Amino acid sequence: MSWEAVIGLETHVELSTRSKMFCGCPARFDAPPNTNVCPVCLGLPGALPVPNREAINRIIRIGLALNCSVTGRSVFHRKNYFYADLPKNYQISQFDLPVCVDGYLDVGGDHPGRVGIERVHQEEDTGKSTHMGGDGRISAAEYSLLDFNRSGVPLVEIVTRPDIRSAAQARAYAQELRLLVEALGVSDARLEEGSIRFDANVSVRPGPEAPLGTKVEIKNMNSFRSLERAVAFEIGRQTACLDGGERIVMETRHWDEEAGVTRGGRTKEGSSDYRYFPDPDLVPLELDQDWKDEMAALLPELPARRRSRYEGMGIDPAQAATLAGADVHLRGLFEGAVEAGARPQQAGNWVSGEVVAALRSSGRESLADSPLSGPNLARLLAMVEDSTLSGLAAREVLAGVLAGEGTPEEVASARDLLQISDAGVLEAAVEEVTADHTEEFARLCSGEQKLIGFFVGQVMRRTRGKADPKLAGRLIRERAGL
Amino acid sequence: MPIDIDIAHVARLARLRLSEEDLEAYGRQCRDLLEHVARIQALDTEGVAPTSHPFPMTNRFREDLVTPDSVLDRGEVLAQAPSTEREFFRVPPALEDD
Repeated sequence: MSWEAVIGLETHVELSTRSKMFCGCPARFDAPPNTNVCPVCLGLPGALPVPNREAINRIIRIGLALNCSVTGRSVFHRKNYFYADLPKNYQISQFDLPVCVDGYLDVGGDHPGRVGIERVHQEEDTGKSTHMGGDGRISAAEYSLLDFNRSGVPLVEIVTRPDIRSAAQARAYAQELRLLVEALGVSDARLEEGSIRFDANVSVRPGPEAPLGTKVEIKNMNSFRSLERAVAFEIGRQTACLDGGERIVMETRHWDEEAGVTRGGRTKEGSSDYRYFPDPDLVPLELDQDWKDEMAALLPELPARRRSRYEGMGIDPAQAATLAGADVHLRGLFEGAVEAGARPQQAGNWVSGEVVAALRSSGRESLADSPLSGPNLARLLAMVEDSTLSGLAAREVLAGVLAGEGTPEEVASARDLLQISDAGVLEAAVEEVTADHTEEFARLCSGEQKLIGFFVGQVMRRTRGKADPKLAGRLIRERAGL
Repeated sequence: MPIDIDIAHVARLARLRLSEEDLEAYGRQCRDLLEHVARIQALDTEGVAPTSHPFPMTNRFREDLVTPDSVLDRGEVLAQAPSTEREFFRVPPALEDD
């Protein structure tokens, strides 16, 4: 029997605010354990949470970027459950009145489609548990250690509709969402550090018209690749179950990266089991049009729009996607070079190729405060175009400019890299090499064309790589009477 | 209007261990409460905004500022806990459901 997979993703995004969601503790949790804690985020009796205005600013921007309606009135609820990393025994979250509802994100690439966004709500992160003993596996742990630095860090949850139909599309959505969040500047959006985390709800059904099957939530995917693998595995597991006449149990399963399987865990609680109720400590939010307008005005250019703008410059789609996803400094360099007259495709190739490579070998982290400016890159590329510099020499000039040795022209002349395009000078070199290799030259004259390469090589060698190879080739051909 | 409630389930969610008599007594009380709520729910509230909070107050915020003075001393915090290890709280393993 053939089955259709139905997938929805829940994404948790940690906001990179200075302070936590409901208290003034630093929101950075890379500090020594349990040093960014206070009565509010430790859940001590009598502590009063007060929402961070900047977190609300950011969730509004996320909602607007996802084409959501930002609701006028929004309420915080308590989500009640018992777990050691949740010191209040409830998480402040949102239930029926989230900040944003009803949006979408368009996913392009090989798996195009519109993924509906059901809701975007504001909540707080939990503490961090480290399971000790039993190989670190949660089920076999002897005990756990808790660090509450992360407790209360602002967390935004983005919930899709069950619109995704394949593991690859789930990955494409996740990657697009991460780009969006990064472009908004609201979060570090680093998967490996857990500042953006994806959970997937997976079910299968006999066909597009059939009712939705029983869904299983899968967690613990730490990369886009493991998200895709985990969803693919889970689709296979469920279809095998159903084909074998078994039923799917509603549960939460954990992805085991090493074994490449999902493993069953606790049976999923129904939402009524969380006994949501409005948090009496937190008064409702009233988000008026002025506030939304103010946030809308702060939205940067979003990745999808940027990609199509780059494509509109005449750059191929793959290169446009790479550049649009590059950091702000690389993009600035690219756009600056194009503004200064560089051809977009050439500038794009250099920025995502040579410049990235040169940065890496120079040991720099980024182009921030680098002497390489857009106009500098444009001049360098112009020198390659008009044969003042060979491609090889241009790379050396690039390294020099990055090292602060001056403009491309200054570096090229200081390092003696300017290409010899003076026909008179090259003519002399051609005369010398043909005199040195009379036998080969005779063969060339009698029509052995492939020897052109040999002679150009000789001229390059004699001029220590500075000859314009095109001009050298033409002069050799002329001399041989070809 | 009789209302059914699985009081044992509610007690389990709240991690309360109740005797048979307790279950019986609290079950009766909860049913009475829910019946009262059901009567209210039967009213026509078309056009009335739900009251989540009893006072007419909205939008209380703090600015995004770190307040070092409110941060607690780790030694003092850990000293309150029944079990610690190095700079962490130490807790029993998470059980997969009870």
